[in-house]
This record gives sequence, structure tokens and C-alpha cells, in this order.
Amino acid sequence: MLQTARAVLEKDFRIELRTRDAISAALVFSILVLVVFNFALDVNTPEMRRLAAGFFWVAFAFAGTLALDRSFALEKESGAGRALALAPVDAGGIYLGKCAANAAFLFITQLVALPLFVIFFDVSIQRAGALAASFALGSIAFAAVGTLFSAVAANTRMRGLLLPILFLPLSVPALIASVETTSFALGNAEGPSFWFTLLVVYDVVFLTASVLVFEYVLEES
Amino acid sequence: MSRCKFAIFIDSMLFITMAAAMAMIFLYAPIESEMGIVQKIFYVHVPLAWNAFLGFAMVFYYSFRYLSTRNPRYDRRALSAAEVGVLFTTLVLITGPIWAKPVWGIWWTWDARLTLTLVLWLIYIGYLMLRRYIESPERRAVLAAVVGITGFIDVPLVYFAIRWWRTQHPQPVIAGGEGSGLDPAMAATLWVSVAAFTFLFLALFGRRLDVEVERSRRETERDAAEAAHAQGVRT
Repeated sequence: MLQTARAVLEKDFRIELRTRDAISAALVFSILVLVVFNFALDVNTPEMRRLAAGFFWVAFAFAGTLALDRSFALEKESGAGRALALAPVDAGGIYLGKCAANAAFLFITQLVALPLFVIFFDVSIQRAGALAASFALGSIAFAAVGTLFSAVAANTRMRGLLLPILFLPLSVPALIASVETTSFALGNAEGPSFWFTLLVVYDVVFLTASVLVFEYVLEES
Repeated sequence: MSRCKFAIFIDSMLFITMAAAMAMIFLYAPIESEMGIVQKIFYVHVPLAWNAFLGFAMVFYYSFRYLSTRNPRYDRRALSAAEVGVLFTTLVLITGPIWAKPVWGIWWTWDARLTLTLVLWLIYIGYLMLRRYIESPERRAVLAAVVGITGFIDVPLVYFAIRWWRTQHPQPVIAGGEGSGLDPAMAATLWVSVAAFTFLFLALFGRRLDVEVERSRRETERDAAEAAHAQGVRT
């Protein structure tokens, strides 16, 4: 299973290195959302600065759907998904590989967007370790559910339009926990242990559930 | 036909319990001293909420059964439970604010239970939307079952997240839980009403299932006729 996961992960990384589609689309989109927030709400006030973590994760939740949607739209394009489904390998391994690639793309996007976020919202990073943990666990959480639903949505007539509708309500716990842990890292919140635990539980639950059900999603009609 | 007899039983029980519930709500249950007449919506609101949740638990159960057996009857049951569940959740979300406005002074608050209900509603709206956009009945059933299972797994996580999130932030209005020290007459009314709405749920679920069985039967017949026609053209 891990061997399959590694092969799929390497494949997705190679595609991303050549095209840079997922990361650049998610990055530009998240910057746009941050700019739109600035117009919609006057963000340079002390109260708004305390809510900065919320803005960041909202931008990121929407931008993330772009990268996640591409994950399986890519496989559909040239019938590669059929080849994946027919390959005599474990479906859970394919899921894990896809999910690891998506989590890495989301994490990289966040790291690149972080300096802009710090400049735009005038925040200071108080706890770098907590911030890294928050970004990593949050990326895994979004990738865990997003990869599964990206595969589900790719099978429909609506394609990408259905992904946010399925994915955002389920990611509510991950979103709240990510905002709270990032907020803690920026020195705007206390008591993060519950939220870190919740993120870890969320990651474990959805990774396990997705590995188990992915064979049904992948099978070709 | 046992289905027919069962439906008649459910319908008669629905008629009896619903009539009793309405009589008890409007004639027997005392008018709440602080909230007044508007409190009576509670006897509709709470049973609807419980049955909506029952519906979503059924979606989870039948989705699971479908994936393990691949029998389309379980998919039809999951769909019917989801539709009635979404209908009941919609009614919960409508009756709640009607009660909240005069009592709390606001239509809506981001309280744990309200938020959970809204998120649940969104998850199962997504479930129903997904089904509309997949042509092949088998693919539709499989993918819907995957969403039906993961959606329900998410419920406890959403609940704990929202609850903890709320306890950290100031509570806006509510003083005391609804269930605290319920008058015996009120409790009796609530239980009869719960029975009535459970029969309502089962009756609607059964009707929806009948429609779905008929629809899939016609679909099969049409496909068979088309196949036969194609065969005839070829020879």
C-alpha cells in the first residue's frame, strides 16, 4: 500500500513541478480573497488584526478547493483514472498518495502565502512551531476530506462545482480548529491543546475512513 | 401484501397519535408562564429534530448496507431517509427562529445546537445534489453511499468543535436548558408528539420509498424495451 502511495505521490509531484498548476492557482486565488477582504472590511484596525487567522483560513479553504478539484480532474482528462482503477494495486494506497500530494501542495501554498498575509494584515508570529503544526495538520485535514470528495465530484456532470458544496460543510470542524490553532500561534488565543487534539483526531478519522471507502469511489463504471 | 398492511398500520397510528398530539398541544398542555403561547412550537420543533436525526442515522446505516451487499433496495431506502430528513431539518430550522424571535429577541444565534443543525442540513443537501448529477444508477448509489457514510462520521466532530468553540466565546442569550424541570403535562404532550412525528416520518419515508420503487421498476422496463428495440433493428 505504501509503495503504491509513493508511486502516486511521485507522479503527482512530477506533474506539479512541470505545470505548477495547482499551487499557482491556489496561491493567486488566496491572495485575491485576502485583497477582497481588505475592500469588503477595513482590516487595518486592532480588532480586525485579532481575526486575521480567520481571514487566512477562509481564503485558504476556498483556494484549497481549486487545487483539490484539479487533483482528480487531471485523472479524468486523459482516461488516466481508468488506468488507475484497473491497476492491480490497493485503492487505499492510491488514495494515500493523492492525499499526501494534495496536503503537500496545500502546505506549500500556505508557506508561500504566509509572508503576504503577515504584510497585509500586520500580524506577528509569536509561536513559529505552533504555526507550522497548525498549517501541517490543517493541510492534512483539508486534503483528507478534499481528496476523497474530489474523486467523488470528478464522477459527476457538475465536476468541480460540486466539490465545495460537498467538502466545505464536512470541513467545519477542521476549519474551526485550524483557525483557533493559527490564532494561538499569532498570540491571539489561548488554550490550544483541545484544538490540536481535534485536528489530529479529524485527520486520523478521515484518513482511515477514506482509505476504507476509496475502492468504491475508484471503481470504473 | 405485507407492505400494504404495514402502510395502513402506520397511517392509522399516524392519524390517531397526530390527532391526540394536536389536542394535547392546544387544549391540555398548560401555557408556559414566561414565554406564553409561542412555547407550544416546542412540541413540534423537538420531535421534528429528533426524527431528522433518525433519518440521517438511517442514511448512514443503509449506505453501509448498500456498500456491503450492492442491493439497490438499500440505496432507495437511504435516498428516502435523506429526503425526509432534509425536509424535517428544514422545518426545524424554520420553527426554531419563529420561537426564538419572541423569546430570545433574535431570529438566530450561533449556538452549538443551531449551528450543528445548519451544518447537518448543508451536508445532506450536498448528498441530495450529488445524486442528481450522476447518470449511472450504480455509480450514483455507490458515490452517494460514500458521502452518506463520511457525512455521518463528521457529525460528532462538528458537534464537539462547535460546542468547545462556543464555550470559549461568550454565550449570547440562552438561560437554562429547555429540558430543565419540564411540567408533567408538558412532558406527556411532548412524548405523544414525539410518537406522532415518528409515525409521520415513517409514513413519509414509506411513501417516498414506494415512489422510488415504482420509478426504478419503470426505468428497468424502459431499458429492457430499448434493448429489445435495438436488438430488433440490428436483425
